[in-house]
Amino acid sequence: MPLYEVLLQQLANGLILGSFYALVALGYSMVYGVIKLLNFAHGDLYMVGAFAGFGALSLISGWAGGGWGGIVPAILFSMLAVGVLGVIIDRVAYRPLREAPKLSVLITALAVSMLLENVALAFTGGQYTAFTTSLGFAGINLGMVHVTWTQMVLVGTSVVLMVVLELFVSGTRHGKAMRAIAIDQDACRLMGIDVDRTIALTFLIGSALAAAAGVLAGVYYGSINFFMGFLIGLKAFTAAVIGGIGSIPGAMLGGILLGLLEAFGTQIPGVGSEWKDVFVFAFLILFLVFRPTGLLGQPEVERM
Amino acid sequence: MSEAAVRLGRPGWSIRRALGVVVLLAALAAVPGFANNYYLEVLSEAWFYVLLCLGLNIVVGFAGLLDLGYAAFFAVGAYTAGIVTLRLGLSFWLSLPISVVAASIAGVIIGGPTLRLRSDYLAIVTLGFGEMVRISVRNLAVTGGASGLVGIERPTLFGYHLDSIGAYYYVFLLLAVLGVVASHRLENSRIGRAWKYVRSDEDAARAMGINHAMVKLAAYILGAIFAAIGGCFYAAKMTAISPETFTFNQSLLILLGVVLGGRGKIPGVILGALVIVIFPELFRDVGSMRMLVFAISLLLIMLFRPAGIWPEKWR
Repeated sequence: MPLYEVLLQQLANGLILGSFYALVALGYSMVYGVIKLLNFAHGDLYMVGAFAGFGALSLISGWAGGGWGGIVPAILFSMLAVGVLGVIIDRVAYRPLREAPKLSVLITALAVSMLLENVALAFTGGQYTAFTTSLGFAGINLGMVHVTWTQMVLVGTSVVLMVVLELFVSGTRHGKAMRAIAIDQDACRLMGIDVDRTIALTFLIGSALAAAAGVLAGVYYGSINFFMGFLIGLKAFTAAVIGGIGSIPGAMLGGILLGLLEAFGTQIPGVGSEWKDVFVFAFLILFLVFRPTGLLGQPEVERM
Repeated sequence: MSEAAVRLGRPGWSIRRALGVVVLLAALAAVPGFANNYYLEVLSEAWFYVLLCLGLNIVVGFAGLLDLGYAAFFAVGAYTAGIVTLRLGLSFWLSLPISVVAASIAGVIIGGPTLRLRSDYLAIVTLGFGEMVRISVRNLAVTGGASGLVGIERPTLFGYHLDSIGAYYYVFLLLAVLGVVASHRLENSRIGRAWKYVRSDEDAARAMGINHAMVKLAAYILGAIFAAIGGCFYAAKMTAISPETFTFNQSLLILLGVVLGGRGKIPGVILGALVIVIFPELFRDVGSMRMLVFAISLLLIMLFRPAGIWPEKWR
């Protein structure tokens, strides 16, 4: 393949990977922005979402078919189910510790992550589950690069979800409440904002987005497993930091950038794909050291 | 703590306490006289985890920094021992000072640029660092790739070849005791007080003239040294090491020991380390579910006893 076609192929791969990262990063970034909690369980909600979508699809594919007719309801079901799961997690594990030291909350988040992973492990026995759909490989050809309709729909869906979220947060009352809580929780309480409910809403939306990404990833890769959330959780966090944590356009930008970086990074001569994760983490550390506010983040003043 | 010790203003030893410790140590030293190999194996592992948990406790307990990649320092020690003996053909004992230097460098690399960051960023960076180390040893030629290093020679001490489980029981018991003594001395030293000050109020500590970045860096380096020395002896005992020993789950397990027992309190941490080793042995049937049981217990402890089973007293 000529060089430009290799680059074009990697551009397509990077955009798809990046839109998954971006969707997961959004939830990370929203939760962090609102309650300053690094939700380690977020990557695992992506995994649970994939399984919920898989379960729903296997139930309904009999009459709805394994194509988009079945996948779309599966995605919606998974978003709802995992959204509710996110709210339950917040209620049970995080809300009692709202005033506790940060270390305790972080460790609790870690425990929730372990719990979700190991429940999934117990159910699947650690096996990969095949995520079969009847989507074909039809698509359009750009030179020797083949882009399937499925890939285009995946990227399109992610973009639509992100735009809807941005409109929600910037345009609605609830979105305004979220932004206000991010600035000062106590003042919000005094102004009559139901803080706990708004935080629950944040978890609902963030978890639902992760679930959507999980189902889309299952559709795209064709297999899911209990461990799929771990690495993507880390990378989504990296994406959120690169974009500027707490910023929604930042999370999207960071996700896409990270996806492209990873796709093109594997093409550098002498650097095998086994090194790509080292590459990503090194990038994260560099960003944290030299530009901790990310590309689009606001510089934060830590109050005493 | 006895009256006299309180008057002297330093942690002291009452006769009763000293006697208790001597009796306990004598009892532990007598164990290989009657226990079979299975018990010795489990107990050696327990002492080993006591050392690792005490090391991580310096970072998490004393200094209050969350480290999710502690297994990386353990890996640095184990691989240093492997490389020094296998690749360079030097004595095992030389790997101890070399691994201390290597671990300090690793501590500075991870700590130096990130310690000025917020604590939750630090958690994720240490996690990333742990994964970087594991992926690197998996893919480098000098570390033997995915299959690791095999055939590490067991060391000889004063003409005595350390090649039985009984010998390693004593080695790890001694390391654990040294770890306890070192932790205790550190906790009550100038730097130990600085750690706790930074942990409870970083801004006030800075206002009092404590160099918070240096103090945190010291915690990372000292914690790393504990793990590196443990790692050297681990390599000597197992004679084979592979990258899969140093996964994120390993880091989590060590963290669990610290948090479960009571971070910041040495007896609590020892208890936690014993629990994480002995608990799965008692419940061999739950085998594969052990991490699930751990996750639930960790969650419950955080919700109902946030400071651990045997928590530190706040003075």
